[in-house]
Amino acid sequence: MRKYIAFFRLRFSMGLQYRTAALAGILTQFVWAGMEILMFRAFYRTDASSFPMTFQATCAYVWMQQAFLTLFMAWMMENEIFDSIVNGNISYELCRPINIYNMWFSRSLANRLSKAVLRCMPILLVAALLPAPYGLMLPANPQAFLLFLLTLFIGVGVTVAFCMLVYMLSFFTISPAGIRMVAVSVVEFLSGATIPLPFFPEKIRAFLELLPFASMQNVPLRIYSGDLSGNAMGRALFLQFFWLFALIGIGRLLDFIAMKKITIQGG
Amino acid sequence: MITMQHVRKTYKVSKRDAGFTSAFKALFHKEYEYIHALDDVSFTINDGEMVGYIGPNGAGKSSTIKILSGILTPDTGTCLVNGLIPWKNRIEYVKNIGVVFGQRTQLWWDVPILDSFELLKEIYRIDHLAYRRNLEQLSDMLHLSDLLKTPARQLSLGQRMRCEIAASLLHGPQLLFLDEPTIGLDAVSKLAVRDFILQLNSEKKTTVILTTHDMQDIEALTNRIILIGKGAILLDGSLEEIKSGFNSAEEALAGFYRSHNL
Repeated sequence: MRKYIAFFRLRFSMGLQYRTAALAGILTQFVWAGMEILMFRAFYRTDASSFPMTFQATCAYVWMQQAFLTLFMAWMMENEIFDSIVNGNISYELCRPINIYNMWFSRSLANRLSKAVLRCMPILLVAALLPAPYGLMLPANPQAFLLFLLTLFIGVGVTVAFCMLVYMLSFFTISPAGIRMVAVSVVEFLSGATIPLPFFPEKIRAFLELLPFASMQNVPLRIYSGDLSGNAMGRALFLQFFWLFALIGIGRLLDFIAMKKITIQGG
Repeated sequence: MITMQHVRKTYKVSKRDAGFTSAFKALFHKEYEYIHALDDVSFTINDGEMVGYIGPNGAGKSSTIKILSGILTPDTGTCLVNGLIPWKNRIEYVKNIGVVFGQRTQLWWDVPILDSFELLKEIYRIDHLAYRRNLEQLSDMLHLSDLLKTPARQLSLGQRMRCEIAASLLHGPQLLFLDEPTIGLDAVSKLAVRDFILQLNSEKKTTVILTTHDMQDIEALTNRIILIGKGAILLDGSLEEIKSGFNSAEEALAGFYRSHNL
């Protein structure tokens, strides 16, 4: 375990040094959140009652999403990992007494967290100062906030576990670009990154909420904005745990098969 | 001790003619060719030996190193390194070996060298005192003290290679595989790396297996060479055996390759 924590620490401290990237990211996220909120405002002004979430809740959803963007965006995968598979630098990793899956998992987690730590504060601060309903409101009660934190962490875990599947599948293809593009688009659309899941038609939404993609940002963001509570929340939490374990299980299986295969094919 | 007996390894390589038509055909029907990278390779290397493993490009050198470092499983044959089969239980095996791939890097690009080293310390669970001692010795022998706080991206190739070698030895392995460690290095760095390898072998009795195309490496470092061509061992002995009648080791080797149609 200690070696994977060491990986986490190194990747985390490495992530903290990219200050310009963080600044650029923060600016982008402000502009993006602004545009999205203005767009929703136009829709809500037409007929606010036909929307499943209040305007205030939607704004909170957007701000939280932008503040913690790096935790959940599927495209935030690590090129270094893909490169090491394609060009064979992975030989070095294989010469070490470490498990590849665990190593990359801790590395990816650290990468996302370090980026989020750098970026979330300014966004949260400014969003909190904006007047209602455009800004970020406080969660309904302290309990909701704690649940938000808990589901946030599981959500990141599910996201990383999903990305791990893409890394592992790259062992089986010549170029990872195809799988990666499909995976990123699917996650983007089905996780509620483009529009929140409640905005989907009822039947489709009911189905989407069962998928692993709904266990990523959908749950924590909706708990924060007060849209998800009671029984529905309990069910969402259960699904989150289920998908976390299922995806890790599948990923480790792929890791097992890949390790056998590359020892057959050569690094 | 390393023993390799009757090791064979075949790669399946996809083949097609150039051009659009054959590319289209290959969509439906792929043709493969089987390349015998290693064809009945056997040798024994004793503890503390320093062996040059040479041969033309594509002869099977890297495949051998990969098998010895546990990354590759041969099709048939046996291989025992200090009583362990490298590809069985990889994680247990690799604790005791060090590998340097001259064409690849193991150092983290954007952080100081020391950070990469500290990570290796955790990965190999080197205890604190041993780590301090090894690091001090290595940075002494390879002149690293000025480099350790610099990120890998800002080092020259020669500086980086010295750090790479140190990184592979932090856990004090008894066995070191060097795959083209002097590739692309200038004269000074080459000499520094050679001196270091000699010193390591004579002082710590580390077994060293080295692949290279640089005959001066071989002349400076090893008494014994294993020469491989087209997957088979053609010579296991000393450089002198092929050197007679030629001016330099380089020419002797080229002559040897030509006479064997390599």
